[in-house]
Amino acid sequence: MSRALVRLLAVLLLAFAGLAAAQAIDPLPFKDQAQEVRFQNLTRQLRCLVCQNENLADSNADLARDLRHEVFGLMQQGKSDDEIKQYLVDRYSDFVLYDPPVKPSTWLLWFGPGLFLALGAAVVLVTIRKRGRATRIDSRLVDNATIEQGDDW
Amino acid sequence: MTPELGQLALILAMLLALAQGVLPLVGAWRGNRALMAVARPAAAGQAVFVAMAFGLLVWAFLRFDFSVQYVADNSNLALPWYYRIAAVWGAHEGSMLLWVLILNVWTVALAAFSRQLPEAFLARVLGVLGIVAVGFLAFIIFTSNPFARLLPMPPDGGDLNPVLQDPGMTFHPPVLYMGYVGFSVAFAFSIAALLGGSLEQGWVRWARPWTNAAWAFLTCGIVAGSWWAYAELGWGGWWFWDPVENASFMPWLVGVALIHAQAVTEKRGSLRAWTILLSIFAFSLSLLGTFLVRSGVLTSVHAFASDPRRGLYILAFLAIVIGGSLLLYAVRAPKVAGGKAFALLSRETVILIANLMFTVAAAMVLLGTLFPLIGDALHLGKISVGPPYFGFLFPLLMLPVVLLLPFGPFLRWGKSEAGPLKSVLLRVAVAAVACAIVAAFFVQGQARAIAGVAAAVWCGVGTLLYVYKRWREMPRGRRYPAEMAGMLLAHFGLGVFLVGVLLSESLSVTRDVRMAPGDMQTVGTYTFRFDGVHATRGPNWHAEQGTVTVLQDGRTIDVMHPQKRTYPRGQVQTESAIDPGVTRDLYVALGEPMDPNNLEGAWALRLYAKPFVRWIWGGGLFMMLGGFVAAADRRFRAGRAPAKVAVEPALLAKESRA
Amino acid sequence: MTRSLPLIGFLLLVGLFGFGIWWNTRHDPREVPSPLIGKPAPAFVLPLLEDPATTVSKASMLGKPYLVNVFASWCVACGEEHPVLMAEGRTLGVPLVGYDYKDAPDDARAWLARHGNPYDMVVADQPGRTAIDFGVYGAPESFLIDAKGVIRYKHIGPFTPEVIERELKPLIAQLKRGTAP
Repeated sequence: MSRALVRLLAVLLLAFAGLAAAQAIDPLPFKDQAQEVRFQNLTRQLRCLVCQNENLADSNADLARDLRHEVFGLMQQGKSDDEIKQYLVDRYSDFVLYDPPVKPSTWLLWFGPGLFLALGAAVVLVTIRKRGRATRIDSRLVDNATIEQGDDW
Repeated sequence: MTPELGQLALILAMLLALAQGVLPLVGAWRGNRALMAVARPAAAGQAVFVAMAFGLLVWAFLRFDFSVQYVADNSNLALPWYYRIAAVWGAHEGSMLLWVLILNVWTVALAAFSRQLPEAFLARVLGVLGIVAVGFLAFIIFTSNPFARLLPMPPDGGDLNPVLQDPGMTFHPPVLYMGYVGFSVAFAFSIAALLGGSLEQGWVRWARPWTNAAWAFLTCGIVAGSWWAYAELGWGGWWFWDPVENASFMPWLVGVALIHAQAVTEKRGSLRAWTILLSIFAFSLSLLGTFLVRSGVLTSVHAFASDPRRGLYILAFLAIVIGGSLLLYAVRAPKVAGGKAFALLSRETVILIANLMFTVAAAMVLLGTLFPLIGDALHLGKISVGPPYFGFLFPLLMLPVVLLLPFGPFLRWGKSEAGPLKSVLLRVAVAAVACAIVAAFFVQGQARAIAGVAAAVWCGVGTLLYVYKRWREMPRGRRYPAEMAGMLLAHFGLGVFLVGVLLSESLSVTRDVRMAPGDMQTVGTYTFRFDGVHATRGPNWHAEQGTVTVLQDGRTIDVMHPQKRTYPRGQVQTESAIDPGVTRDLYVALGEPMDPNNLEGAWALRLYAKPFVRWIWGGGLFMMLGGFVAAADRRFRAGRAPAKVAVEPALLAKESRA
Repeated sequence: MTRSLPLIGFLLLVGLFGFGIWWNTRHDPREVPSPLIGKPAPAFVLPLLEDPATTVSKASMLGKPYLVNVFASWCVACGEEHPVLMAEGRTLGVPLVGYDYKDAPDDARAWLARHGNPYDMVVADQPGRTAIDFGVYGAPESFLIDAKGVIRYKHIGPFTPEVIERELKPLIAQLKRGTAP
């Protein structure tokens, strides 16, 4: 077996270590329904670090289960969602958050779409005004040939 | 021997594609009819050889030819025949071959149904499609040969990824590719229009049915994929905003914008450059999806095995095709705003706003999908962008579209009166508010569910009002031309979709529970009783199958059988059980035994009640149907387009002075 | 000019994708940089693998730099790294602390007996709780901790002789001279 293949195998086994032992379906002793819903919402916003692109709630990975239990434990201690997120960010960096925090490094991400929208809206506005002015110059342009017997289609 | 024949067929197909790509373009440029005439036979020949190669690969799978590496990797003796056929497109090499096959299907259909097009124009269109085919065939032959041999031949093969062993998966990729690749037709039309450089507007009318059909296929493919993720992945989600899903969603969004822009350009002559640009964008995003899924630059749950060499090849191909088209656009796009003018209050304005929102939404999805890569490039740190980001911004961007939707059909081209619109506004608003108030009593104050009902009624009633207006005002036979019927179906579909999304997202109940045989658990108004687990087996798997009885008011509604399957190579796959319904789905997934040594004891189960979740796909199917119905409009098939919509020279002169 | 904007935007994208392909050939996409570098190591109290009655804590390790290497008997990549540690472990000039991660102690002991023990001491974290404080998400991972208990460096994945030469040894030399930044 070539060395490259061994490496690949090693990486794969590393990624799936414990797959057989763990599972995403993970009954935990919640205090009440509200806490269960809160837990589900929170773990859905957190990333399983070792998976391709999966959240903690749905991941089979062993580490994901450990982190779910950690989150559960912190909830029992009365920590808020933000505190729990911060707890994980302190250990694993912003990468665990599917909801990236707004800060200078993510300004482009959060405000980029607004910028696109503003630029696009300006173009649309100019177009509408320009074409609108043309209708006043020559109302003939508005009567259209496609309106046949009142069928404006 | 057959694998070599397949390879030979691919090489011949590439040579023919080269002829189809080069000669007709030269012919159209030089006015040489003999060269232009090459297009059709070359396209037909290419299709024959590609179909032959595809057939040979299917054949290799059917007769377990493990001397072919690709077959050995993706199938084994125990795999049933239908999944062996699906395995043809289950991995990278074969799915590229499917891509090219479908490109050929579209090309041949275009060649067959476009005899009325001007000779030079059709030559250019087929030429552009030929160039695209050359790129993909060369990609297959040089980097991803599905016919590569594996010697000595192993006695048995690997396996098709069990996740893909599902009826939905046999269906999803071909339909999705029909959509992706279908945008190549609109793309080829607009490139031909740029090359031709004429003032002729006819091309938009000819392109419209193809765009509508491609978009409908894409819609269907996305719906199938979403359904498959829901039923097969076992987590009850229907959309994850994963990069690969986004890759199919971006062309869809741009496709929506394109369909509307084409309507404006065809009927009014306006937005010509924009329509061309959108045609290029739609196909570019389809190609981009292919790149993202296979190059490994993004991390996704369902990316193909990545290989930097392949990534580099596709990138070079993208740079040539998309870069070339955009360069052509920069040089040749119509410089003056043509077409008929329109007032602020007109159908054009609303379509323009919708276009803006859909394009910005597509840009937002692109930005979010690529941002982790941008983060690496600018050393901003490793960042995840996921559902909370998209789920927050996307509805915001779509809000104006939903709000404007009921008015679109009521607005007139050019200039509208405010009066009729006010009465529409009043009616849809009253209906939406009334239904929202009624809904509020049923959903325990869930704001999103109330908003869902209101938005759905807003869209649905708005659409039905227009249906009624046409019914009352128009004579029989002229009430609903296919194009309009398609629009109405798709708009109505949006209302259905909104019910599904907002109600299922806000009212779903999920519970992970530990159940011993005989235990009961309540989810909503349903009681689930666990009746134990027994062993069962299928053609190529064995499974532990749970029995879960669902009761409501003491009556048995359904007996469900979730499974945990083990495939020959030891892969474990949950097979959830779903009890479908119009107003709710019940969904059970089987986890692990609480004590691995005691299968008779307690198990972990996940129980869901998902109200109205089926409406999500129902809405999607309405939209798909709308696309197909609109594409079938006889107006698009009628001979040569009348020159009625061509830009009047007088108007052009006037505008360039203004 | 406005007509060339789409082209310019696209060229930016091509640049980004080219970068992405290049970047992926040099970085493991699964590698997540630790936010703990330059921060005090989390407090820990862990039993020794060979003698579970004795515990090692952050406080007991203060005063000299040391290298923590997270490994496990179930971890295949650790087997690949192991010969490197056997060869180079003693030449580093700092104590090498093995961190047995989520492992049955018997398995770990058998593994070390079979492959040799490069570690000066081995602590066991069977539940994996402390590993979360260190931001461990797989094995092997290694942390270089200085005399004041601050994490100076983290390596994710197996050490190779090149990485040890290029990254680890210069840092250790700096720490010993007391000129670490």
